[in-house]
Amino acid sequence: MKARLEQVAHTRSGDKGNTSNIAVFAYEPALYPLLKEQLTAERFKAFHREAITGEVLRYEAENLHALNFVAHGALGGGVSRSLSLDNYGKALSAAILGFTLDVPDELAPLLRERRSA
Amino acid sequence: MSENKLLRIGSGAAWWGDRVEPAALNAERGDLDYLCFETMAEATVSAAQVRARRDPSFPGYDTYLDDRMRAVLPACMRRGTRIVSNQGWINPQGAARRIVELLRELGIRGVKVAAVGGSLITDRVLELAPTILENGQPTATLKDTLISAEAYMGAEPIVQALREGAQIVVTGRVADPSLFLAPMMYEFGWDPLDHERIGAGSGIGHLMECGAQVTGGYFADPGLKDVPEPWNLAFPIAEVDAQGNVTLSKVAGTGGAITAQTVKEQMLYEVHDPAHYITPDVVVDFTRARIEPLGPDRVRVTGLTGKPRTPTLKVSMGCTEGFIGEDMFFYAGPGALRRAQLAKKILEERFKIVKLDAEEVRIDFLGLNAIHGAATPPDAPEPYEVAVRVAARTRTREEAVKVGREVDGMAVSGVGHTGKRVPHQERTREVIGVWSSLVPRGQVAAHIDHFTS
Repeated sequence: MKARLEQVAHTRSGDKGNTSNIAVFAYEPALYPLLKEQLTAERFKAFHREAITGEVLRYEAENLHALNFVAHGALGGGVSRSLSLDNYGKALSAAILGFTLDVPDELAPLLRERRSA
Repeated sequence: MSENKLLRIGSGAAWWGDRVEPAALNAERGDLDYLCFETMAEATVSAAQVRARRDPSFPGYDTYLDDRMRAVLPACMRRGTRIVSNQGWINPQGAARRIVELLRELGIRGVKVAAVGGSLITDRVLELAPTILENGQPTATLKDTLISAEAYMGAEPIVQALREGAQIVVTGRVADPSLFLAPMMYEFGWDPLDHERIGAGSGIGHLMECGAQVTGGYFADPGLKDVPEPWNLAFPIAEVDAQGNVTLSKVAGTGGAITAQTVKEQMLYEVHDPAHYITPDVVVDFTRARIEPLGPDRVRVTGLTGKPRTPTLKVSMGCTEGFIGEDMFFYAGPGALRRAQLAKKILEERFKIVKLDAEEVRIDFLGLNAIHGAATPPDAPEPYEVAVRVAARTRTREEAVKVGREVDGMAVSGVGHTGKRVPHQERTREVIGVWSSLVPRGQVAAHIDHFTS
């Protein structure tokens, strides 16, 4: 079945100059291998289209069940010279939550659904 | 401090604009040994230099110094809580003198306040730091635009100030985690070259330096990641042992949450390689950390460690890079996006008529694509309301002013149903570009001045 990343993982972005790091944390350890396999640096960059102009590096933190994406050229030239309203890119980490993953049916019970208020 | 003692360190601020009330709460009810304030962003020093040049009355330290200190000094001095703060910006001695004045106003005498300076190396940076890290160019290319350069110092000068008896230490540029590491080094007597303990302490400092970002701030996502009473967030408290293990907690009865998730998110915040997080004091390794929830809003972190520090210190160089002009106007109702698109076309043509000389122009539709830009899904639904947000980066302020002037023209010479904010706020600002380099650590000498209330 298909699932959005927000059902599988939570994310946070941080800034350094013109580079944004976006860390992706699996909610459940059993879902982490799906992230490692499907959310590659290449796909991460392609998902953001021209919003990331430079190289994307991916680091794995097994102990945190996390992938850390370091996206160069993601902050419009840098926090201080960016013309973006969100010049620190603090809202950037929400974009990837819409990434689509293939999830084996047996893991479906582990997926999160956004509860209504 | 004995081997079994737990050191209690609280956060008082995570950035210049942070809230003051949680700092007061930590001072009053945190049962703290130390309260630490982080108030500087990358461009803080350069912005302060620019302001000081224009406004001789600007003292050059945190503009909220009085608010923050008035909120915490009575409780901290009554309880024996020491304070470490980077609110000194470009004038740590001035900040220390001001704190002494505030203490006297409160009738608190005999308190020792230390100022740690030495991070400003503007006059020497071009010879000490040959290469710009971001683009590989010589730093000499910044000669004509350089405002300020400062090295990120580590924890050692703060430790020295504490050792010399300071109850309050106020610094210029110091790496954020070092503000929290310094009390651990001083109280536990850690060797500055013991990279395992210094790595653990710096890792703890990293978890603390962003304040509420580890206690439920910058976290809530309703329906997926809910946070109780997010209006009532507390700043974190670290209970540290002599081995560098920590339990994170907060004042009871406050909102927010400390969970494995909030701690993980903060652990990788602004980190690139999680096994090599470079600070002036050590290279932190987060990849062996274990995160263990102990109970409600209590999370234990063990296994933080590090590798030997690098021979260099990072330097930030702030440069004048022209101006940004910006403004926005609004549409709503059926056809809002079509009207916004026509307005964008009109502005693009009018910028040609007035010969706007810009390095970059950006016209976004706030409500559709102003935040995620090109990463916005092509099939994103059309919004009911949309703001047209216009920005341009120019060499001169005269050019930047043209953005707002053409947005003014949209009021009566634009499209139907155009909403606009009048009177408008300031629509131009100066750009301070920040570049980085490295200097040999031996070239940066801290100096410490002591004052007494």
